[in-house]
Amino acid sequence: MNAKNADKIATGVLYAIAGIVILILAALLGYILIQGVPHLSWHFLTAPASAFTAGGGIGIQLFNSLYLLLITMLLSFPIALGAGIYLNEYANPKSKITGMVRMTIEILSSLPSVVVGLFGFLLFVVQFNLGFSILSGAIALTFFNLPLLTRSIEDALATVPDLQREAGSALGLSRWETVGHIILPAALPSIVTGVVLSAGRVFGEAAALIYTAGQSAPALNFGDWNPFNISSPLNIMRPAETLAVHIWKINSEGIMPDAQEVSAGASAVLIIVVLIFNFSARYLSSYLYKRLTSTK
Amino acid sequence: MTEKILTTENVRLYYGDNEALHGINLDYDQYGITALIGPSGSGKSTYLRALNRMHDLQDNVTVNGNFMFKGRDIYAPDTDTVALRKEIGMVFQQPNPFPFSIYDNVAFGLRISGEKNKSVLDEKVETSLKQAAVWDEVKDDLHKSALSLSGGQQQRVSIARALATAPEILLLDEPTAALDPVSSHKVENTLMALRDQYTMIIVTHSMSQASRLSDRTAFFMSGDLIEVDSTKQMFLNPTEQKTQDYISGRFG
Repeated sequence: MNAKNADKIATGVLYAIAGIVILILAALLGYILIQGVPHLSWHFLTAPASAFTAGGGIGIQLFNSLYLLLITMLLSFPIALGAGIYLNEYANPKSKITGMVRMTIEILSSLPSVVVGLFGFLLFVVQFNLGFSILSGAIALTFFNLPLLTRSIEDALATVPDLQREAGSALGLSRWETVGHIILPAALPSIVTGVVLSAGRVFGEAAALIYTAGQSAPALNFGDWNPFNISSPLNIMRPAETLAVHIWKINSEGIMPDAQEVSAGASAVLIIVVLIFNFSARYLSSYLYKRLTSTK
Repeated sequence: MTEKILTTENVRLYYGDNEALHGINLDYDQYGITALIGPSGSGKSTYLRALNRMHDLQDNVTVNGNFMFKGRDIYAPDTDTVALRKEIGMVFQQPNPFPFSIYDNVAFGLRISGEKNKSVLDEKVETSLKQAAVWDEVKDDLHKSALSLSGGQQQRVSIARALATAPEILLLDEPTAALDPVSSHKVENTLMALRDQYTMIIVTHSMSQASRLSDRTAFFMSGDLIEVDSTKQMFLNPTEQKTQDYISGRFG
């Protein structure tokens, strides 16, 4: 067989593999959306769930998911940013300590999320007496989210050419000034992408939350914005079943007559929100990139 | 004899245990252009970067020798490198504007040192861009991103950025190596126009550039300074055989 034919065959095989990947994704998305979208309505998106009768919604779970995501990001972003800056700008790549930090992050990122959840349950829920709460869930999700977010921030900083660092110090900037005034702004588009993509992952996470944020969604009073009241949506010490946990729960022990439909609808909402995160990451990043590189 | 603005004596530089510069002695009058030429790996860029302590950023580099800038020891422990680099500015091989607007790039050094007055900034930005001979091309788009400019314009904006902090010495590390001939020509003209106001030290691989631009040329090879003389003398009648060989293109 000559090189030309071999090349043709290789090209064909690679196209086929890429095609299969796309097909699987399309089938999966298509199935979930076709099953779920017909059940979507304003009522479904806003009403509280009902345990025994048909016609319940996912309003509280949807709110819980978004709120938990916000708290998780507030906890994990500053830590990941600091760690990313340290690893890329300050750490000596050859030192043992840097190697250890990196290894720790890699191990943390390969921990199964259910293990992170059980750890969170034993430590925060039981030992620190935080109970099943948004706070416990957010801390568990922070553990789950930190490695990837740190890595993506580190990668974003690494894509800024060293020329920029040299230019900074040639102007007499300290390393910290160079990072703050030049490197971070230059890396902003990729950092934003990393944050939004990790938000999508956090949003869909269930296993780490089952034993930390809990499996119940107490009724919320959306007129009460005092974070210390138990029925206030802002209270971070209340148990909060999220959308992903809700799907898991109705599929394993749901006894409402329309469990199938609720599950399908909730799955569709989950997928749609994650897709929105993914697309907005792309859009935001290219928007920011354009703002940086061309006429505003 | 005129007062030297910068003198360097017995400069030795080590990467780890490896000596890369073997005792360089060179000094500079105020104003004018000195070209550093030599084959790749001869140590000319390494030497240039020692002049404003750019090696401080790297961990395994040791610099020895006596560096005096206007009578002050550059490597004294109490030297403020921030202030030093404002007086000894640097332009690199690759144009490296920050990903901000042209205006913000040029005003950057001034703002960092605390200048907030809008009219002062406006004026400094304009003079610097004029000095760098790029004002006419960018004056209507000062708030456009510097990254949207051509390579040659970016390099001249980088020069303007270095000039804005009013340095006395400008170090140029192959400033036209990444540019096309037309842009190189413009950058060269810029440097020519600045020769009466600044002391410039330029590393270049282009023999013709060295002969066109510089008043004085120093030839480096394998970490040694082989010869330094007026550019005319160096190119027409070098003392050393090695210089003769290099200039006539027999190696390097």
